[in-house]
Amino acid sequence: MPPLLEVDGVSKSFGGVAANVDISFDVTEGEILGLIGPNGAGKTSLFNAISGEVVPDAGEIRLAGHRVSGLPPEQCALLGIARTFQVVRSFDSMTALENVMVGAYARHSRTRVAMAQASETLAFTGLAARADVPAHALTPAEKRRLEVARALATEPRLLLLDEMLTGLTPVEAQSGVQLIRDVRARGITVMMVEHVMEVLLPLVDRAVVLDLGRVLTIGAPEAVVRNPEVIRAYLGDRYAAA
Amino acid sequence: MGTSITRRRRQELIIGVGLLAVLALLPLPIHDVYTRNLIIITVLFAGLAQAWNVLGGYCGQISLSHALYFGVGAYVSTLLLTRAGIPPTIGMFAGGALAGLMALLVGWPCFRLSGHYYAIATVVVGEIGFLLALNWDWIGGATGINIPYRRAIGDSWLWLQFRIDKLPYHYAALAFAAAAWLVAWKIEGSRWGFVWRAVKDDPVAARSLAVRIFPSKMAAAAISGALTGIGGAIYAQYVGYIDPDSVLYGQLSILIPLPAVLGGVGTLWGPLVGAAVLIPLSELTRSYLGGSGRGVDLMIYGALIVLVALARPQGLASLVGVRVRAPAGADDAATA
Repeated sequence: MPPLLEVDGVSKSFGGVAANVDISFDVTEGEILGLIGPNGAGKTSLFNAISGEVVPDAGEIRLAGHRVSGLPPEQCALLGIARTFQVVRSFDSMTALENVMVGAYARHSRTRVAMAQASETLAFTGLAARADVPAHALTPAEKRRLEVARALATEPRLLLLDEMLTGLTPVEAQSGVQLIRDVRARGITVMMVEHVMEVLLPLVDRAVVLDLGRVLTIGAPEAVVRNPEVIRAYLGDRYAAA
Repeated sequence: MGTSITRRRRQELIIGVGLLAVLALLPLPIHDVYTRNLIIITVLFAGLAQAWNVLGGYCGQISLSHALYFGVGAYVSTLLLTRAGIPPTIGMFAGGALAGLMALLVGWPCFRLSGHYYAIATVVVGEIGFLLALNWDWIGGATGINIPYRRAIGDSWLWLQFRIDKLPYHYAALAFAAAAWLVAWKIEGSRWGFVWRAVKDDPVAARSLAVRIFPSKMAAAAISGALTGIGGAIYAQYVGYIDPDSVLYGQLSILIPLPAVLGGVGTLWGPLVGAAVLIPLSELTRSYLGGSGRGVDLMIYGALIVLVALARPQGLASLVGVRVRAPAGADDAATA
């Protein structure tokens, strides 16, 4: 059986800027994979390629053995790739429940079923009490959760989280970590971009480190942070020897 | 939690039926022809604005070519009547279908543009339609088409002709407005309504949730255009004479959305409330300031819209305690 997601030699340039250069790695079903790297390393760019927002210039992305690169986002979503956004994108004219219903309609065309599904997902993400609150009135942490709920409502196989914990208080971040663990416990594979290392490292099974658009290293989180190249990329040459 | 949506929708339906009953009885004690005409036009515009609201409100595509769909409906049903002897009760559905088709034809190229560019493109398309009709002799050109009263038939619902008493036109307009309202109500509670609002609020996020943007816009345009066309056909029968200046003129493309904008875009009651305020106001100013031309009523329109946009961006409907979905950030702005 092929891995859930295969990123195979993916490159993408925007004008003269190479955002991703020959990136290859696999994501195993059921794991939590961290995607880390300094600013501008090409993390979000790679997310956009996997979720169908951009088409790679070269290489291929496969979900369970089927090519998804080149397909539009709506098709990727139907095949089971869901995502959240670095800058929150909620449907502000709708309530929290209605936001999640949009996701649920991806699989269920009947309103009654979509509503039940959305309610269940809201409860799972701890937003049940906020169901009838307009999305624009939610707190930043709740908006992040709402995005997760909305993505989960599409019943994905792979969930891409783009800096879901960034900008949250430590308490909020901890409950966010718990949510990600719960998502995995449901059998959904998680791939996440995160800057907050102390939160990310204990959570992920493996980490992929990107720097200047290339894969620097892939491995267990504790091994990755000791890798001299990673330290150099983050902190500069002076610290690499230490 | 989901029950609150269901409950609200049931309430809306009850209010809708109650309102329908009130509007059905409203013209009965009024025998003054002028006032009755005012009520009929108001009801008609409530329906037209609701039809526009389907595309412009729920789906967020600011179309300024609705005069074209209105005109197509009016012309098709009238031509079917005068050239083929087909009764307008059938002709108006043919007109609606063609207007819907026309909306799809306009949408096909225009929906590739977004935001203001889309709106500008639709203005141009509407103007093209006007000029074509003006120079097309087979459909009457600039002279227009007169709808003859068929004496042999007399007043008839099938032929939508009423000379002795114009009251039945009120019921025709009311049936149209009620149908438009019901379509909007149905859309609000269905997959389409949710998906369209998602397209309006954030197309990028919508696509990530498997929403297909272009087909969604096309579906909204077809329904909106078809409803507008039916309204045009009823209007043609009511006034008994059509020409490009009365059913295809560019200003009409502004007049149709205005009640929805004023009352509350993308809301169920907005178009109705907006029409109830705007149309009588416009008629009154036109009759009192008649000599000074058509401009003054539009100035008052404009001033009113500016006032509402400043004081109540959610629209007038939110004033009467009707639950209205606030546009993005409106509440934040109010509380800030």
